[in-house]
Amino acid sequence: MTKTQTKISDAPVLEIRNLNQRFGGLTAVADFNVRLQKNELSGLIGPNGAGKTTIFNLVSGFYQPSEGEIFVAGQPTAGLKPHKITALGVARTFQNIRLWNDMTVLDNIRVAQHYRLGYGFFHSIARSRHYVQREAEIAQEAAELLEIFDLQRYANETPGNLPYGTQRKLEIARALSIHPQLLLLDEPAAGLNSSDIQELIRLIRWIHTKFDVCIWMIEHHMDVMMELCTQIKVIDFGQTIAEGVPEKVRNDPAVMTAYLGDDVI
Amino acid sequence: MLRRYSVHLILPSLGGLLVYSAYEELLGLYTLSVLMFMGVNIILSSSLNLVNGYMGEFSCGHAGFMCVGAYVSSLLGVWLFAKDRVFGAPFLDPDYAIYAFPFIILIGGIAAAIAGLLVAIPSYKTRGDYLAIITIAANYIIISSIENIGSIGGSRGFMGMKRVIGSMEDIADLPWMPIWVFIFTVGTIWVLRRYVSSTFGKGVSAICQDEVAAEIMSVNTNKMKTISFMLSSGLAGIGGGLFAYIIGYVNPGSFTILKSTEVLVMVYLGGMGSLSGSVLSAILFTFLLELLRPLGIFKWVIIPLMLVIMMQFRPEGIMGKRELGDIFPRLKRFYRFK
Repeated sequence: MTKTQTKISDAPVLEIRNLNQRFGGLTAVADFNVRLQKNELSGLIGPNGAGKTTIFNLVSGFYQPSEGEIFVAGQPTAGLKPHKITALGVARTFQNIRLWNDMTVLDNIRVAQHYRLGYGFFHSIARSRHYVQREAEIAQEAAELLEIFDLQRYANETPGNLPYGTQRKLEIARALSIHPQLLLLDEPAAGLNSSDIQELIRLIRWIHTKFDVCIWMIEHHMDVMMELCTQIKVIDFGQTIAEGVPEKVRNDPAVMTAYLGDDVI
Repeated sequence: MLRRYSVHLILPSLGGLLVYSAYEELLGLYTLSVLMFMGVNIILSSSLNLVNGYMGEFSCGHAGFMCVGAYVSSLLGVWLFAKDRVFGAPFLDPDYAIYAFPFIILIGGIAAAIAGLLVAIPSYKTRGDYLAIITIAANYIIISSIENIGSIGGSRGFMGMKRVIGSMEDIADLPWMPIWVFIFTVGTIWVLRRYVSSTFGKGVSAICQDEVAAEIMSVNTNKMKTISFMLSSGLAGIGGGLFAYIIGYVNPGSFTILKSTEVLVMVYLGGMGSLSGSVLSAILFTFLLELLRPLGIFKWVIIPLMLVIMMQFRPEGIMGKRELGDIFPRLKRFYRFK
């Protein structure tokens, strides 16, 4: 028993083995492998349509893989619905911000605690003591999280009224509110201006040290990736074409070809 | 203080006033029945608002679930407590009807909630317009099934509920129907308000605003949809049961798509995702129907026309997404609306 327990805690946060995903005749992801350890900050890059977001969607359970296995902290995720995978500790953000825009900022965080509410329909109707206690705890934790992210002054605003960069930050805060082991960031810098990007870099680095979480991100801004990631994987047409430390990847001829084409003038 | 006890003060005095005036026959039978229909309409519109307003789906088969509740509670009540052509002698002593009545109505609601699965399960994979078509189909399935069961009257309908009420009045001479309609109406609002204002129930609004984000942020969307559809149709069933006992007669023809549309109108009139809006619009709509009664069939020209005008100038309904407290902040001193 103890042996399996140590095995699970030693297991990589995310392990993907021989992942293949086909949509009809199109192979979106081919034979993809990755192991992410605790506290890693790793990147996934590739030209548009390379299959990066597809991999994220597979990890978070929106698609079932055509072939291959995905393990989160040693547990296979095959057949699990996305909310179950989230409860295992996989949080993510989206390329286009997906906040609940008619709810207050505080409620955005609170509703994300559904996986550990600890009460159901009948408690919510009866307003049992258990319900009151859990609601108070959740509201308090949500307020604390907002404070950590310096968002508390927006607590009763709706997200639509916030500046774009702040919405990004809120989405990341909401993802972290579920205490994930693995945080997937899908193009967090998309749509941000250069000063926002500098702040985002600081934010991600700060999250990485403060929250003890493994971060895996997709990004098109190379400067962000070069500055943050310790490991980068490059995919093109679903195939892994290069991997390694940022310096190595940057100078890899296969990567140059994938991004710029192979016609040398 | 005021905020804490206002509801405890207002509701009993309102209920007491209603019961007293019914008992002393201060209100005519006509006024009383209008008030009771108002209660039923409040139940119907606020329960539909859970699906159409809070969850953002489009259900247009609400009357179908109302029908299930109406038939189940009518049949049950008559079988247990009244002498009837179909069931023969009462199964239990009619003296017990007085205690069993709320349970009969609740069982009608539970049956309607189970019928709600007819829509809840398809909603896992379908949404929007396609789900709307499924709800219409569900309404037709229910109506046609009942029309084709000859033993309970088929399309001619079923009656005998007045005798159940009669045996209740024999035991204690109180206006039972107004009492129960009032209690169930208050109960409906109470349940819905608690549901949608809990963190658990806000998962429903999360599904409405972004279903993908809801699922990824750990909301079990299928479970929330099942609960919401079942709650909504169950409450409609309760409304239906009360409706049947008020009139003393049910037939499938009163629960067609036209009735569903009537409820839809009330929800859109009041404002999506606003409980106080649904209550206000149900009251207003019932008044309007009675006010325009002299016009006869022409009221169905006037009312839709008003709806057209309303959609032009105030498409979000009377209240929009707000509750009464947002419009009259002073009321917040007496009651927390959200």
